[in-house]
Amino acid sequence: MTSIGTGYDLSASTYSPDGRIFQVEYANKTVENSGTVIGLRVKDGIILAVEKLVHSKLLVPESNRRILTVDRHIGMATSGLLADGRHLANRARDEAYNYREMYRESPPLKEVVQRLGLYVQAYTLYSSVRPFGVSTIFGAVDKTGPALFIVEPSGISYGYHGAAIGKGRQIAKTELEKLKLAELSMREAVFEAARIIHLVHDDSKEKEFQLELSWIGEETKGLHLPVPKDLCEEADRKAREALETFE
Amino acid sequence: MQTVDMQQLKSGEVNLGTSIMAVQFRDGVVVGADSRTTTGSYIANRVTDKLTHIHDRIYCCRSGSAADTQAIADIVHYHLQMLTQQSGERPTVHIAGNVFQKLCYENKDALSAGIIVAGWDKDAGPSVYNIPLGGGLFRQPWAIGGSGSTYVYGYCDATYQEGWGRDETVNFVKNTLSLAMSRDGSSGGVIRMCVITEDKVERLFVPGNELPKFWEGEEVLKLIAPVKKRHEFTDDMAVEV
Amino acid sequence: MDHFPTSWGRPRTEAYDAYNTFPLHQRPNPGHKDAFAEGVQRTQQPIVTGTSVLGILYKDGIMLVADTLASYGSLARFKSIQRLHPVGSSTVIGASGDMSDFQYLQTLLEELIIEEFAEADKHELGPAEIHEYLSRIMYGRRSKMNPLWNSLLVAGKKDGKRFLAYVDLLGTTYSASTIATGYGAYIALPLLRTAVEGKEDTLTEEEARKILEDAMRVLFYRDARSLDKYQIAIVNDEGVTISEPKKIETEWGFAEGIRGYGAQIQ
Repeated sequence: MTSIGTGYDLSASTYSPDGRIFQVEYANKTVENSGTVIGLRVKDGIILAVEKLVHSKLLVPESNRRILTVDRHIGMATSGLLADGRHLANRARDEAYNYREMYRESPPLKEVVQRLGLYVQAYTLYSSVRPFGVSTIFGAVDKTGPALFIVEPSGISYGYHGAAIGKGRQIAKTELEKLKLAELSMREAVFEAARIIHLVHDDSKEKEFQLELSWIGEETKGLHLPVPKDLCEEADRKAREALETFE
Repeated sequence: MQTVDMQQLKSGEVNLGTSIMAVQFRDGVVVGADSRTTTGSYIANRVTDKLTHIHDRIYCCRSGSAADTQAIADIVHYHLQMLTQQSGERPTVHIAGNVFQKLCYENKDALSAGIIVAGWDKDAGPSVYNIPLGGGLFRQPWAIGGSGSTYVYGYCDATYQEGWGRDETVNFVKNTLSLAMSRDGSSGGVIRMCVITEDKVERLFVPGNELPKFWEGEEVLKLIAPVKKRHEFTDDMAVEV
Repeated sequence: MDHFPTSWGRPRTEAYDAYNTFPLHQRPNPGHKDAFAEGVQRTQQPIVTGTSVLGILYKDGIMLVADTLASYGSLARFKSIQRLHPVGSSTVIGASGDMSDFQYLQTLLEELIIEEFAEADKHELGPAEIHEYLSRIMYGRRSKMNPLWNSLLVAGKKDGKRFLAYVDLLGTTYSASTIATGYGAYIALPLLRTAVEGKEDTLTEEEARKILEDAMRVLFYRDARSLDKYQIAIVNDEGVTISEPKKIETEWGFAEGIRGYGAQIQ
């Protein structure tokens, strides 16, 4: 970032001489400093997992969830500014509603993600606004089967088999690549997801974190629901054990 | 300022006093319609095409006001074109039916439109949706509509069977429409049909002088036992409805 | 009885459908023009309609029943449509009146349920909330002189509490242990009250089912817009179940010996 301080980074509506939009890149920085979020697209469903960093022991454990529900069958997990994530969730709900209203059918995830991408992109055009400081992993089981997407602060979106954003994304991606995602069951994937989140968490640098897990698929009859408490705790425990033997 | 009496204006409109029909079969659907358009009792067009293209594999049959149903069909066509461009695939008949329904329901006070939507898509295969006057949406294996349809409900109930192939279905549509057209003064002309399958849409045509024939009265009596004098009914009959 | 042939088999109200059903568009004697016609213009009328819905309380929950017919005037146009509709996991609604308005209500409720689901706060709307919501919608629309032309029953069981209530196109609401809409309110309700009142906490599922089936049979005998095919919705602690369509068993044998309309014996 040699151009910092040259004045080309003050507005999203101004390019730097080498064709970059610094405000968008800074938004990505916000995401890179936030807790890791991963998404797994497996045989019969989707798993979303979040490393929710807890800044204070005074916080109520279940509060400030990073996994949000968009529609019956669509879930999202955000990394970056929590409030921006909530705003995008509301927008995604509106987009899903509009699709339903027009075609009386549950919206395919691709459609919602495309529309949300357009919305996010609009915040990279003007000097009067700041781009969203979140990357979002969207997961759904729609008429095309399990689907997984990331929407970035630039407004760009890609589909994935396995997705990772936030602080530990690099390690998480290598771990995801090792998995045979297309062959995993949802239950197996829950354990893998928990393991990866624990693996990427850096005990030495970070304070406490909470593991947030949700899933969509055959296990939930197509609904986006939190992974049941007992399974969540089991996955959490197994992940800790695996880490201890690993080290 | 003189205001327009909308009801007066509407009653002078061109109407599709119609016989329309759609039937689903194993590999697709057959849609069919007569070709008569009337203003009152004058036939404004005797070769109308009431089978309207909505998308590659989706057609609709229109009954009611010609102006209303054409406008609706145009709007649905527009929406489905937009959706196709956005999603990159053909819309389902279910979606088409729902867009029709939405327009018909939300504007029910202003419209007289009875529409049957039918076609083929890769999710449901063949399907038929009926959207009658109030703007409800009903999926059916076969649907009939328009003024002529009321005369042939019994025929359809008695004849239709599941599991037909293309030719049986085409015959069913042809016979039903011919019967409806022969009893309904607001229906007539030729029969137009479309066979919509995964691979193609095939247009079929039956000219008005080659319609399937059924019982037509008098001559049958003459054949069996010639009657000397026609019996005349003079008494008013009591009616039970 | 209107003896003019073009009036037969027409939808119940006459001011519409100039094109669709019958060959003669202009009917003789269109009726006197209402001096207040302008004022009531926005109140349209039901076109595709469903007839009665019945509901009763029983020991373990609530039971609703409705036939599967959607009429078009006197024409039995759609013979296998569903008039009982689950809302969320503990509520079911049953509708008589205009079916397009009922479908509209279904989409409204669907959206409401999704909105609540997205909150993911472990709360769900129960029958009481759904009923209140519907009553506000219905009253709101009647106040705009544009009612949704339905009588609805809302039934459910949540947190061990049974709920059965009525709401109609005017926004009128009430709750009772037996309720019926449409023709059912005249014909079936007296039968239901006799069979159910005072026994709400003892009737078994089988007994309740029998009571409703008997009532549906009488309705089929006496309601000219009814059908001998019906569905039953049950809400109990297990949630909502809506049965497959079933036939009403009827009895006609006694008619064989009937002759004439008085003294005739041949």
